Amino acid sequence: MGNLAADASAAHPVLALDGITKTFPGVKALDSVRLHLFPGEVTALIGENGAGKSTVVKTLTGIYQPDSGQILMDGQPVQFPTAQSAADAGVTAIHQETVLFEELSVAENIYIGHAPRGAFKMIDRRKMRDDAARILTSIGAKIDPMVRLKDLGIASRHLVAIARALSIDARVVIMDEPTAALSQKEIEELYELVDHLKAQGKAILFISHKFDEIFRIADRWTVFRDGQFIGEGLMSEVDESDLVRRMVGRSVDQIYPKRAAVIGNEVLKVVGYSHATEFEDINFTLNRGEILGFYGLVGAGRSEFMQSLIGITRPTKGVTRVGGDICVIRSPADAVDAGIVYVPEDRGKQGAILDMPIFQNVTLPSLGRTSKNGFTRMAEEFALARTYTQRLDLRAASLDTPVGSLSGGNQQKVVIAKWLATKPRVIILDEPTKGIDIGSKAAVHDFMSELAAQGLSVIMVSSEIPEIMGMSDRVIVMREGRIAAELSGDALSPETLVRHAAGITAKGEAA
Amino acid sequence: MTITTTDPDYSPKTATTTAGRRIPDRLTPPMVRAIKSWESLLLLVAVGIFILNSFASPYFLDAWNLSDATFNFTEKAMIAFAMALLIIAGEIDLSVAAIIALASTAMGLMMQAGFDTPMIVATGLMTGLICGAFNGVLVTRLGLPSIVVTIGTMSLFRGISYIVLGDGAFRGYPESFSWFGQGYVFWVISTELAIFAILAVIYGVVLHKTNFGRAVYAVGNNATAAMFSGIRVARVKMILFLLTGLMSGLAAVCLTSRLGSTRPSIATGFELEVVTMVVLGGINILGGSGSIPGVVIAAFVMGLVTFGLGLLNVPGIVMSIVIGALLIGVIALPRLWQKFRRG
Amino acid sequence: MNVLKSRETILFAAILALLMLIATRFPGFVAPTNLLNVWADTSPLMILALGQMVVILTRCIDLSVAANLALTGMVCAMINVAMPGLPVIVIVGAALIMGAALGAVNGLLVWKLSIPPIVVTLGTMTIFRGIIFLISDGQWINAHEMSASFTALPRIQVLGLPLLGWTAVLVALIMGIMMSRTAPGRAFFAVGGNPHAAVYTGIDVGRTQFWAFVISGMLAGLAGYLWIARYAVAYVDIAGGFELDVVAACVIGGISIAGGVGTVVGTILGALFLGLIKNALPVVDISPFWQLAISGAAIIMAVTFNSRTGRTKGRIILKSAEIAQ
Repeated sequence: MGNLAADASAAHPVLALDGITKTFPGVKALDSVRLHLFPGEVTALIGENGAGKSTVVKTLTGIYQPDSGQILMDGQPVQFPTAQSAADAGVTAIHQETVLFEELSVAENIYIGHAPRGAFKMIDRRKMRDDAARILTSIGAKIDPMVRLKDLGIASRHLVAIARALSIDARVVIMDEPTAALSQKEIEELYELVDHLKAQGKAILFISHKFDEIFRIADRWTVFRDGQFIGEGLMSEVDESDLVRRMVGRSVDQIYPKRAAVIGNEVLKVVGYSHATEFEDINFTLNRGEILGFYGLVGAGRSEFMQSLIGITRPTKGVTRVGGDICVIRSPADAVDAGIVYVPEDRGKQGAILDMPIFQNVTLPSLGRTSKNGFTRMAEEFALARTYTQRLDLRAASLDTPVGSLSGGNQQKVVIAKWLATKPRVIILDEPTKGIDIGSKAAVHDFMSELAAQGLSVIMVSSEIPEIMGMSDRVIVMREGRIAAELSGDALSPETLVRHAAGITAKGEAA
Repeated sequence: MTITTTDPDYSPKTATTTAGRRIPDRLTPPMVRAIKSWESLLLLVAVGIFILNSFASPYFLDAWNLSDATFNFTEKAMIAFAMALLIIAGEIDLSVAAIIALASTAMGLMMQAGFDTPMIVATGLMTGLICGAFNGVLVTRLGLPSIVVTIGTMSLFRGISYIVLGDGAFRGYPESFSWFGQGYVFWVISTELAIFAILAVIYGVVLHKTNFGRAVYAVGNNATAAMFSGIRVARVKMILFLLTGLMSGLAAVCLTSRLGSTRPSIATGFELEVVTMVVLGGINILGGSGSIPGVVIAAFVMGLVTFGLGLLNVPGIVMSIVIGALLIGVIALPRLWQKFRRG
Repeated sequence: MNVLKSRETILFAAILALLMLIATRFPGFVAPTNLLNVWADTSPLMILALGQMVVILTRCIDLSVAANLALTGMVCAMINVAMPGLPVIVIVGAALIMGAALGAVNGLLVWKLSIPPIVVTLGTMTIFRGIIFLISDGQWINAHEMSASFTALPRIQVLGLPLLGWTAVLVALIMGIMMSRTAPGRAFFAVGGNPHAAVYTGIDVGRTQFWAFVISGMLAGLAGYLWIARYAVAYVDIAGGFELDVVAACVIGGISIAGGVGTVVGTILGALFLGLIKNALPVVDISPFWQLAISGAAIIMAVTFNSRTGRTKGRIILKSAEIAQ
């Protein structure tokens, strides 16, 4: 599919990966992949969550060591045993998670590890401050280099991370979903910045989920799927559906087996939910057998609202009615009693207890049912755990292996099984398929519609438009802590979702 | 509310009929797992020390001598049980020895005021409980790190004892009070040893066989996920601080009774020996794993080492080298071995 | 504005207020000579606290400092007894090296075997104390066995302050420059503030923690010589329990036990606060038995206060929305 031979004659890649394989316990993150980055060009790395993009970034920046395969710079094999060695070789990354230091100043965050030195190898703080100010100005960021990072907002922190990457005189710049936390205006500024870097002859690896971005900015594409190299080529020779097909490996309607469920009476009604800083005036109802999608950009306040709904944070005002009765939820334990359960986005930190065995994870909120007079009963626990994990088609060696040894998709199945075992009326799934392999993803979607068909009410928070479109009966769009729109039927289209989420009016201007 | 096994949803009989492939409960039988465990390795060490001791000194294999030897660890082990649960839950209490001092001082005051044994004992236990509550409130309500809080209360509690007693001492506890630290319930079984044995069973059951014990593990492994799972994390931790305080109060009763007097310097350094006992027993200092049988064996190991070296006229301070080396060694050796095997 | 609200300023104000309170009844206490004495008397605590600060910054704790002090001090005294002619400066050098070596033992166990620091230093603390007994046979080394120059050095007065006090000044200056102006100094903050991010910026977390323990050990060794020479006696239990005072000084000085937050000035003020209380109690005729309880209460108040001011703000979605409009 790719026309690699033709490209190679035109320009030599600055950086190439050849047959890189990286295995983690239970999952082959990269399976003999290749990748080519050319000077003055932007290569988009495209793949679903779990395709291996982050692992590639970590391999290129010296965080992970590949099990086999070669990294080539200018055709010569190199090794990056540490993050420092990758930086020294001229590879720098703007990471997906902000990896910065709250307590240090902006200038120090930009220069830590390579600060300008003066006499006696002392850090030249004045030069560091001036250089930082210059870089920040060059990317149009109005940030005082001397303030501490913890006093900055998320978007500003991201600009600091970009400034840090630029402060290293890099030949290869990796941008791992750099626009996730930025506003439309900031994204435009980032595009200008990328053009600027291209003009300087830097090779750029651009990782993004957003196809409009990729078509706006990239010169080349490379697709990974499930840790494998699928193909590469020039952007000018493909269209969006080509890329989607390569990325997903099958057409979209196959992935979302949404069954028609009979939507029944109102189960949950939320009135006037507000919080001092995170969200305001949230109103909606949820019916029996319904899948209600919550769409929005990262940071729109969806997770914050959901966590407040199940009693982790307190709203300043607002009423929850479950089955018509007012329900006061002050803690997750109250929420479980009321039949509302929440499958959090951060599986490792909030969802599963990784070092505990599968069966103990599943029975944790249901111990009241499996125990007798407060004493645990193993046979009951194994039986309950087996019932629910088998329904989800969990793949595991045994029920007493730690959840941490499973793949991401199977971990998610354990977390969902844990909540289904409590026999809830409402299940909230926050980014349920983030970072899991395609097979598990389909299983989760399949199961979600089965649950709805059985009469369970589902709230699905998702940032993936195909998932929202494919699974939801109705969609609520949130923006900056408020409900921006409620869409269903013909009003529900990718364009309207994006427009409401980004706050773009019909004229195409930002609100 | 409990649901009987006839619940069609998950009874052992019907569970296999649902869709999906069957996942076995366990791959390794519990027996095999037990044999391969830290506890059995530790038991081997204990037996080894026992044999070594019996060769080293002719006085060792004597029922009364062995009974005496148990006093080396019984009081500390009482606290170690509660401390084990606290450490598994991801917290620590370094103020336990100071609680003993304060509880002992409070008992001394009651004794001076003319109260008899039941009131003295109740005061000791109550003081321990109040101190535990103080630690617990600071940690769970104000969200302070327990290591700093209890370093603070360690000074505060013992400091109050010093304010009350200065360089003086309380003496003259009633005759009946001596039963706790000097009495025997049956033949060579001392009161303290009996209390230790009962507590070992109670704590073992609570940690390994109850919902509360499961919650303790869950909180220690991942407090956030436990909270999301509907476990009242603050309440679990509060109960554990109260228990640790109560056990320190109980240890104060036994120790004061055994010594027959109270000085503000009583039980100095106990906190470190208790923590050592817990860590030696295989409890992860970072929380989340460990067992009560491990702590019981660790208590015997420490008692046997101290007693054996004592029989050989080795001074106490040198024993502390052995204890310190044991503490580091038992954790370092398996890790060194792993490194060595990986090459 | 920021300066006014900082922990250091508040602590400094508290110390001034304490001094003024004492001065109203005992003006002699705030006389410059007495204050210099208080400074000198607090010097070992300040030196140890500065070392502990570095360790706590990297999310570790060193409970073995007092035992390290006692062991190094005993070795210094024994060297002096064995070789009275050896210049004192050589002994000081030996103390620094030996302290650093003992610190390196802690550091290696933490770095190479990833054993939790509290376990490591709890163990080495008892081992170091035991070794003192082994090498000294439990005997005391008294003033008359030590050479005159050995005991005199810390007491030499320069500008009204004994060398002991000047050593603390010097250590504070070096630490101040290192922590703020050198790459390794900033690495301590980075490792404690966000170990995950430190890895991404090419900082080796374990190695940085190792060096923190070496620094802490080296300063404990230095304090070991100073302590033995000043009190002119060496025995097993010297500075027993002092590690808790050291941690207390750090906590009062605003070092966050969670790592990444703290200053040299704060640490000095924290140590000074404890030193002041210790020296003032006999003057204001309160039994010295109150000291322990007061420092305990001070730790609890300090950590409560720190947690109130240091609380990080959550994500603020609505506010940013208002600004955008």
